[in-house]
Amino acid sequence: MTSLLKANGLSAWYGPIRALYDLDLVIEQGGVTALLGANGAGKTTTLRAICNMVRRSGTTSFLGRDISRRSTEDIVRMGVAHVPEGRGTFVALTVEENLRLAFHTRRDHAAARRDMDLVFDYFPILKERLHQQAGTLSGGEQQMLAIGRALMLGPKLMLLDEPSFGLAPLVVREIFQILRRINEHEQVSMLIVEQNAALALDLADHVYLLETGKVVTSGPSALVRNDEALRKSYLGY
Amino acid sequence: MTTSWAMKRGVGVTSILFWIVLALLPLIGFVSESSSFDYYMFMGQSMLIYAIAVLGLNLLIGFNGQISLGHSAFFALGAYTAAILMNFGGWPYWATLPIAAVVCFAAGLLFGFPALKLEGHYLALATFTLAIAVPQLLKYKAIAGWTGGVGGVLLDKPDPPEWTRLSPDQWLYYVCLAAAILLFWVVFNLLRSRNGRALMAVRDHSMAASTMGIDLARYKTIAFGISAGITGVAGGLSAITVAYVAPDSFTLQLSISFLVGLVVGGIASLPGCLVGGVFIVLVQNSAQSISDWMKATFALRYDVPAWAIYGVLLLLLMYFLPAGIAGGFAQARTWWTMRGRRGRQQ
Amino acid sequence: MEFFLQQFAAGLTSGAIYACVALGLVMIYVSTDHINFAQGEMAMFATYLAWAMIDAGLPYWVAFGLTVLVAFAGGFAIQRVILKPLERAPVLALVVSFIALLSIFNAVAGMIWSYTIKQFPSPFPSRDLFGNGLVSVQQLGVVGVTLVMLGLLTAFFRFTTLGLAMRAAAQNADSARLMGVRVSWMLALGWGLAAAIGAIAGMLVAPIVFLDPNMMTGILVYGFAGALVGGIGNPMGAVAGGFIVGVLENLVGSYVIGNELKLTFALIIVIGVLLLKPAGLFGRVIVKRV
Repeated sequence: MTSLLKANGLSAWYGPIRALYDLDLVIEQGGVTALLGANGAGKTTTLRAICNMVRRSGTTSFLGRDISRRSTEDIVRMGVAHVPEGRGTFVALTVEENLRLAFHTRRDHAAARRDMDLVFDYFPILKERLHQQAGTLSGGEQQMLAIGRALMLGPKLMLLDEPSFGLAPLVVREIFQILRRINEHEQVSMLIVEQNAALALDLADHVYLLETGKVVTSGPSALVRNDEALRKSYLGY
Repeated sequence: MTTSWAMKRGVGVTSILFWIVLALLPLIGFVSESSSFDYYMFMGQSMLIYAIAVLGLNLLIGFNGQISLGHSAFFALGAYTAAILMNFGGWPYWATLPIAAVVCFAAGLLFGFPALKLEGHYLALATFTLAIAVPQLLKYKAIAGWTGGVGGVLLDKPDPPEWTRLSPDQWLYYVCLAAAILLFWVVFNLLRSRNGRALMAVRDHSMAASTMGIDLARYKTIAFGISAGITGVAGGLSAITVAYVAPDSFTLQLSISFLVGLVVGGIASLPGCLVGGVFIVLVQNSAQSISDWMKATFALRYDVPAWAIYGVLLLLLMYFLPAGIAGGFAQARTWWTMRGRRGRQQ
Repeated sequence: MEFFLQQFAAGLTSGAIYACVALGLVMIYVSTDHINFAQGEMAMFATYLAWAMIDAGLPYWVAFGLTVLVAFAGGFAIQRVILKPLERAPVLALVVSFIALLSIFNAVAGMIWSYTIKQFPSPFPSRDLFGNGLVSVQQLGVVGVTLVMLGLLTAFFRFTTLGLAMRAAAQNADSARLMGVRVSWMLALGWGLAAAIGAIAGMLVAPIVFLDPNMMTGILVYGFAGALVGGIGNPMGAVAGGFIVGVLENLVGSYVIGNELKLTFALIIVIGVLLLKPAGLFGRVIVKRV
């Protein structure tokens, strides 16, 4: 396994307020990495900093290419699909239009069409809702749509920002099962931010634990899962 | 925001001195030999009138966060109210001003109700339409008996009381100054009151304000009313000092001048309103010389109209000095003192 | 009855022009979420360019095509150069900038071409169509051009991914970026298209009202009314709205209030629609979330 994404000394600011302090991060190809920590630990900010959506410093590289100064659009086009906090649904577009947007970005339309079928395989409900205005979907369906939009980009890496947020436990379990399948079958690596640590530890093979913008510890997820002291003090269970 | 000064201090010594200087200016007329002194006095009147109009607009845009491009309509209403009362009612000029204020306050309230449901661009759109519609409405035949139709209404310039030994223009300057002082004082106190803080809370975060029990609808409509009332007084004063009202003086371009004054002086700045008023009149009066200068300097073939200058200026201000000239001074001062403090710490 | 029909036909003609202006407004609204107060003046300015080209001896349709291209480039440039720095500015700053553009275009047109009115040629003969004084070729042409433009735009937005990307960029810029859409360029494209549509509207208006720097002011207000009646986010609705407003204006003007209060009538429509049916007759309400 070679590393897919690397961040060195990543820092980020919201106005004058610093939210990340010299974060080092490596994501291996094919794996699922979880970013855990309390509210305000800087998890979302890390994802946004990777995509250049906040003021930041430090270097990031993707597949060995420097992406520190690339625009969000370019980073996305290189194969980093970001499923944002709050799902980023285009509420006034139909479900189909939400997905078809990827055709604007991708050159290879045949591949995009195949990905569209793939999305419907994973999320058959989206096919049923195809011509419905996306704003009328339930929370769970909108989360599926968001993941579907990301898949449409044919990504190598998917950044997932709290996919369980505000959803019923049953729906969450379904979504996480699908994520696991996507990871296994589509060779999509994932960096996932979660409040629900137990859930994320289950899916991930590697974990970074953040506190107030700094990495506290990192390692294989089994390690964290079995370290009760660590779990109790940082993850609350 | 730039409003903190209003919270802390009472009327400062600087402001009082400043107004006293303004009050002394006409006395130069008694020693000056200049034949155009009365004209300067007239410019002074216009500056004060625009300052009052900008004050009204600033109360709405700057302090309450509602955008209006239609204040030329309230200015017109104030002017016509004064003109009609003087012309047909034989009212003394000074007595028409409170009526203009009340009429415009009422009109502002009325317009404020629909405005309640509109935000940002949409409110701008509704008021833009108002500004466009008003000149045509003023020319309407059915009311031409009162408004004089296209021709407007010609008035007599009021005489000063004999004992003052002032020229009419000196006297009218004092009338405008008195109105300005009164209105600035009223707004100053309003903004420092509980109601004033509510007004600004509505601007800064309407939802938070409403959860704190501030009645948004009430504050927004009342702000619209007061704002229109103040601008109406300015309109009344303009009818009196110019001694003439006509529909085409109250076009969208008048609203744009107010906006220029507001942006130049500074959004949500009271001293800025005066700066804005002075600025509007200076540009209007020197448009020809600015144009000549630009023609000479840039070898232009055409006259450069004042509106082009206004437009470019508005854009430049939006880029470089969004807080306006007065706001820019305040920023510079803060920066300067901060720098000093930092220097001492090291 | 004949008078009624005549007024109705005249209403459709002015309606077509309002529809064009409304289309330009919708264009900018759909792609940037802003209401462009300078739309009318941009159209007027483009029409002057066409006039100058025709005056210099170019055939009508060449001048027409060139003007549309120049207007597109101009609109594009305005967004890139003037409005781009203000992309994240508050609404007030944007409104002020649009007003500034309005002043500049108006003043510069007056400065170059003076405020005297000019005649502008029409590509359509004013010949009567059926010989009964009801509809002229000119009127039919204006309506036709508008409908063709509507068709093209609707197809563009509905069937091309570029149109889709523009709509997405306007709706949720951040999310659009995350789909790889170059949002900033989409905005510029929206401005370019709006300016081109405006230019066409201006060239349709000018033969009817004569060319002068203030010719679009009242028409813009009616364009606003039309766009609002139809729903400002919806090209089809805007065109329908433009026609409705045009017909209403003519009928109300001839039967009720006379021609002198037409702008007041537009004001009433604008405020009425904003209050009673802010999404317009054909618009969809999008719930604003906190």
